Amino acid sequence: MIKKLLPYMKGYEKEAALAPVTVIFEVLIEILIPFLMAKIVDVGIANRDVAYVAKLGGIMVGMALFSMTCGALSGKFAATASTGFACNLRKALFNKIQDFSFANTDRFSTASLVTRMTADVTNVQNAAMDMVRVMFRAPVMLVSALIITILMNAELSSVFLIVIPAVGLLLAFFMAKAHPLFTKMLKKYDAMNASVQEDLIGIRVIKAFVRKDFENEKFTASADDLRAAQRKAENLIVFAMPLMTLAMYACILSIFWFGGHAVIEGTMLTGELISFITYVGQILMSLVMIAMVFVNLVLSKASAKRIIEVLDEKIDITDDEADPALKPADGSISFDHVDFSYAKDPKNLTLIDVSLSIRSGETIGIIGGTGSAKTTFVQLIPRLYDVGGGHVSVGGHDVRDYKLKNLRDAVAMVLQKNVLFSGTIRDNLKWGNPDASDEEMFEAAKAAQANDFILSFPDGYDTDLGQGGVNVSGGQKQRLCIARALLARPKILILDDSTSAVDTATDAKIRAAFREKRADMTVLIIAQRIASVMDADRILVLENGKIADCGTHEELLAHSPIYREVYESQQKGDD
Amino acid sequence: MTEMPGPQHNTKYARPKNAKKTFLRILSYLKKYKGRLILVAAAMLLSTLSSVVGNYFMKPILNRYIVPFIGQQNVDFSGFAGIILLLAGIYALGIVCTFLYSRLMVTISTGVLREVRVDMFTHMQDLPMQYYDTHTHGELMSRYSNDTDALRQMVSQSLPQLFSSVISVVGVFTMMLVLSWQLTLVVLLMLGFMMFVVKKVAGGSARYFISQQKELGTVNGYIEELIEGQKVVKVFCHEPQAKEGFRTRADDLRVAAKNANTYANILFPIMGNLSHVHYALTAVVGAVLTITGSLDIGTIGSFLLYTRSFSQPITQISQQFNAVLTALAGAERIFDLIDAVTETDEGDITLVNAVLHEDGSITESKERTEHWAWKIPMNGEATYIELRGDVRFEHVTFGYEPDKPVLKDLNFYAKPGQKIALVGSTGAGKTTITNLVNRFYDVQDGRILYDMIPVNRIKKADLRRSLGMVLQDTHLFTESVRENIRYGKLDASDTDVGAAAKLANADFFVLHLPQGYDTVLTADGANLSQGQRQLLAIARAAVADPPVLILDEATSSIDTRTEAHIEKGMDSLMQGRTVFVIAHRLSTVRNADLILVIEHGEIIERGSHEELLAQRGRYYQLYTGAFELA
Repeated sequence: MIKKLLPYMKGYEKEAALAPVTVIFEVLIEILIPFLMAKIVDVGIANRDVAYVAKLGGIMVGMALFSMTCGALSGKFAATASTGFACNLRKALFNKIQDFSFANTDRFSTASLVTRMTADVTNVQNAAMDMVRVMFRAPVMLVSALIITILMNAELSSVFLIVIPAVGLLLAFFMAKAHPLFTKMLKKYDAMNASVQEDLIGIRVIKAFVRKDFENEKFTASADDLRAAQRKAENLIVFAMPLMTLAMYACILSIFWFGGHAVIEGTMLTGELISFITYVGQILMSLVMIAMVFVNLVLSKASAKRIIEVLDEKIDITDDEADPALKPADGSISFDHVDFSYAKDPKNLTLIDVSLSIRSGETIGIIGGTGSAKTTFVQLIPRLYDVGGGHVSVGGHDVRDYKLKNLRDAVAMVLQKNVLFSGTIRDNLKWGNPDASDEEMFEAAKAAQANDFILSFPDGYDTDLGQGGVNVSGGQKQRLCIARALLARPKILILDDSTSAVDTATDAKIRAAFREKRADMTVLIIAQRIASVMDADRILVLENGKIADCGTHEELLAHSPIYREVYESQQKGDD
Repeated sequence: MTEMPGPQHNTKYARPKNAKKTFLRILSYLKKYKGRLILVAAAMLLSTLSSVVGNYFMKPILNRYIVPFIGQQNVDFSGFAGIILLLAGIYALGIVCTFLYSRLMVTISTGVLREVRVDMFTHMQDLPMQYYDTHTHGELMSRYSNDTDALRQMVSQSLPQLFSSVISVVGVFTMMLVLSWQLTLVVLLMLGFMMFVVKKVAGGSARYFISQQKELGTVNGYIEELIEGQKVVKVFCHEPQAKEGFRTRADDLRVAAKNANTYANILFPIMGNLSHVHYALTAVVGAVLTITGSLDIGTIGSFLLYTRSFSQPITQISQQFNAVLTALAGAERIFDLIDAVTETDEGDITLVNAVLHEDGSITESKERTEHWAWKIPMNGEATYIELRGDVRFEHVTFGYEPDKPVLKDLNFYAKPGQKIALVGSTGAGKTTITNLVNRFYDVQDGRILYDMIPVNRIKKADLRRSLGMVLQDTHLFTESVRENIRYGKLDASDTDVGAAAKLANADFFVLHLPQGYDTVLTADGANLSQGQRQLLAIARAAVADPPVLILDEATSSIDTRTEAHIEKGMDSLMQGRTVFVIAHRLSTVRNADLILVIEHGEIIERGSHEELLAQRGRYYQLYTGAFELA
C-alpha cells in the first residue's frame, strides 16, 4: 500500500527524507540532556566545581537550542512533505476521475468519490506526517533512552525489560479489543447521520403525513444506539490511561527502591538516579506515542485503500490509438448490429442487435416506456459507453476511430439529469465553447428560447447562478442547458428528455428554431410527449432494447400499435 | 502528553460570538449530572495532586534515606521502605481516581451528546418550511457531525484537561515555591518567555489555520461541483479546463496547509526544548546554590522533576483553549438550530372520528369510523362540523419573500368531491397553492377556509392528516416497500397495503422485485425508476385514505401508456374526494370539474375543459400547442 502511494511524494522527497533525519537528531540530543545533568550533580556538585557546572550548563542550553532547531525544522519538513504529498494525491485523483468513462463513474457513487477526495486524502496526509516524524521519533527515543539507562546501570534498567513488554502487550490487547468496538460505533454513527439526511430530504413527506413522532422515535432509538456503542468502546479505552500511569509509577517506585540501594552501596551515583527517573517518563511516553501512531495508521489504512481503488480503476474508454486529425465529416449516424450491456453480460443485454442509419441533418424522435433503453441508445453516439457488439459510426467512421475530443465536439448531448455550474449565465453558456462571441451566445440562447427570461433578470447574462443552478426554475434550467449545447455548434444534437419541464408551446418554438437556424444539424429527441416528436423526420419506437418501429408520425399511427397506444393515452377525450 | 493534535483534525475554525452564553448553555446540559460532576472534579483534583505530590518525594527520599547512608554498611532500610510504601499509596489513590473520573466522563459526555442530538432532531421536526428553504442539507448535517464532534471533544477532553492542567500548574508552582524560591525565580523567567512563544506560535497557527480552512472549503466545493457534474464535463470534453481549475486550487491549498501544519508541528518541539533549556538552567543554578550551601541535592532532584512537568500543562492549556473556542463556535450553531423559531400552531380545532346521526347531529367516536368531523372547542363544550372537503381561497396573497408575491389576490372555491386542476407554466404558483392549503407556509393576506373554518384555526397535525399529498419530488425511505406504503397510515394492515398498491398499479412491479413487498429500498429509492417511485407514492396516499387529495405532478414521470393503465385506479382513488391536481400534461386534467389556469400568481382563466377550449384563451393555446403546433 505504501509502495503504491510513495510515488506521490514526488517533488517533496528531500523534505520527506530530511524530516526523519532532523527528528532523529532532535531526539538524540534531547536524550543526552538528563545524562549531562547527572554529571553536574555527580561531578560538579561533588567536587564543588562551579566552572564545570557552568560549562556543562552552557553545553546543555546549547544542545537544547540545537535540538529545538532540529525539531522545528523537522516539523516544517514534515508539514511540507505531507501536504505536498496530499496535493499530488488530490490532483492525481481528480485527473483520474476526469478521465473516467461513464461506466467508471457508475461504479462509484458521487458521494463516495467526494469523500475519497476530501476526508480520505486528509487522513492519508496525517498518516504521512506521522510516518516521516513520529514513526521515527518515538522508536528512536525509546531505544536511545533504553541504551543510555543500560550504560548507566544495567541492573537497574532491567526494570524496563519487564515493564516495556508488559505495557506493549497491554496496549496491543486493548487496541485489538477496542478496534471492533470502534468500528461498530462508527457504523452506528453513519446510521444516525443517514437517518438525519433522510429526514432532511423527506421533510415535506414527513410533515404532510404528520409523522413527526414516528421520526423522532426512530431518531431517538438510533441516538441511544450510538450512545450505547460509544460507551462500550470508550469504557474499554478508559482502562488504558490508568494502566499507563500504573506502569510509570511502578517504574518510579522500583527505581527509587533499587536505585536507592545501589546509590547507598556505591554502584550508582545520585545524579544518575535523578536522571533515571526522567528517562522513565520518556520511555513510557514513546510507547504511548507508538501505540497512537499505530492506531492512526490503521484508521488511515482504510482511507488509503479507498484512494488506491480510484487510482487503480481501469479506464474502459480510451482513444490512444485514434488519429488526432480525423474529425466527423458530417452528422450522419449509423448503428450496425449493436449490442450493449451495462454489466458487460451478453445474457443481460440492454440493447439487442440494433441497426439503423441516420442521414446528416435528419431529425429523429425517440419514444418508449421507462426502461426501454432510450437513453442507453443515444449515449453510444458520443461514445459515453462502448458497444458490446457491432459498430456505431458517426460521420462515416466508427466512433472508436476518433479522438474523444473530436467526436464529442461534434456530438452535443443534453443529459436527462443536467447540471449548471456556479458562475454567471454567460460563464455557463460559454462553457461548451469558450471562444464563442457574444453574438453567437445570444443566437444560441434565442434558439433555446432562453434569451427572454435571461434578459428579465436584473443582471441579464451576468446573473450569478450559484452552485447547481439554484436560482432558475426547472424549465429555465433545461433551456439554458440546450443553449449551452447549441453554442458548441455541434453536428449532432441529442436531447434526452430535455424539455420535460418546458411548456409545450415553448418546446415547439425550440424545435422550430432548430429547423430554421440549424437545418444541417442532426437532432435526436427523446421525449415522453408525442407532441415533442411528432414533427420529426422519423420516429423510433423503442421497446425492451429493440427498435420496435420506425417511421413518420402518420406511418406509425397507421401500423404501430405501441405508438398508437401512447398517442391515444395523450389524446383521450379530444375527439 | 503526546503530539499536538493538528488543527487539520478540526473541520471548522471560527470564533464564537458569545462564548460565555454558549458555555453556560452547555453547562445546563451538564446539570443533570451534577452529583457525578462533583465526583469527577474531586477525583481529578486528587489524581493530579497525587502526581504533583509524588514528585516532591524525591527530596526526602534522597536527603533522608539515601545520601546520608552512602557508603555505609548494615543500613536500616525500614524508614526507606516506609516512605516508598507511602508514595505507593499516594500513587494508588491517583490511579484509582484517574480511572474513576475517566469512566464517569464517558457516561456524562455520551449522555450530553445524546441529549443534544435528540433535542436538535426533535426541534428540527417542528421548524417551518422556510427554515429548510434557507439552510442547505450540508449545513444542517454538519451540525450533527462536525459541530457535535467538536462539542464531544470539548466535553470529554478539553474541559477535563483544562481543569487538570490548571490544577497541575498551580500545584507544581506551589511545590516549587515550597522547595526553593531562588529556583522559582528561574521558573518565572522561563515561564514569561514560554508564554510569549506560545502566544506567538499559536497566533500564527490560528491565522494560517483559518486560511487553510478557507482553501479547503474552496477545494472541496470545487470537487463536489465538478464530480456532481462529471458527466456533463465529459459530454463537453471539458476535462482539461476542469483539471487546470483544480490544479491551481489544490496548489493554493497546499501552501496554506503547509503553513498551518508547520506552525502546528513546531509548537511541540519548541515548547519541549524550551523546557530542556529550563531544565539545564535549573540544574546549573541549583548546583551553584548547592555548592554555596543554600540548597541540597534532594531539592534539586525534586525540582528537576517539576520543571519537566511544568511546560506540558502550559502547552496543553494553549491547545485546549483553541479547541474549546472551536467547540463553542460549533455549539453556537447547534443552539441556533435548537432556538430557531418553530412553526406556529395556534389552532385548537382537531380532527376526530365521527358518528353521523339521522337527526344531523354528530358525536365523537374513539373507534375508526368512515366519517370525520372537526371538533371545535368553545367555552369548555365542543361542537362538531362534518369534514366534507370544502376548500375556499379568499383574496389570498402570498410570497416566499414578503416583497415578491407569488400569488396575488387569489379566489376560488372547491366544492366537496370536486376535482380541481391547476394548470400553468413552471413558476406560475401552482405548487404554492397546495403549500398554503396544508400550511407549509402561511398566507400573507386573505384567508383559506376549509369546511368554512379558517385553516389557521385547525391544529396543523390534524389539518395535514385530512390531506393526502403526492408530491412533485417523491421521497421514499430506506425501508421495505411495504413500510413505505404503510407510511401513509401506520396502522394499515398488509391487506390494506396490498390493496393500495394494486389501486396504484404498483403491485405488478413490486412483485417482480427480489423480495417483493419486503424489498428494502436504498438511497432514496434509487433502485426504482422515477415512474415506479411515483406509483408507490400514490399507493402511500391511497392507504392514508384522506378526504382531500393533492396530486402535485404525481404522474409526471410515468409514461403516458402506464398512466392510462392506472387511470381506473386513480379514478377510484379520487372518487368522493376533493382533489387538487397539478399537471403539465393536459391529458391528465381534462376530466376535472374545474380547471384554473394560473399565470404569474393570478388565475387568468377558469372553467371546465370544454368551456376553456371554447374561450380560445391561454388554455386553448397550451392545449393546442401540445397537439397542433407543427
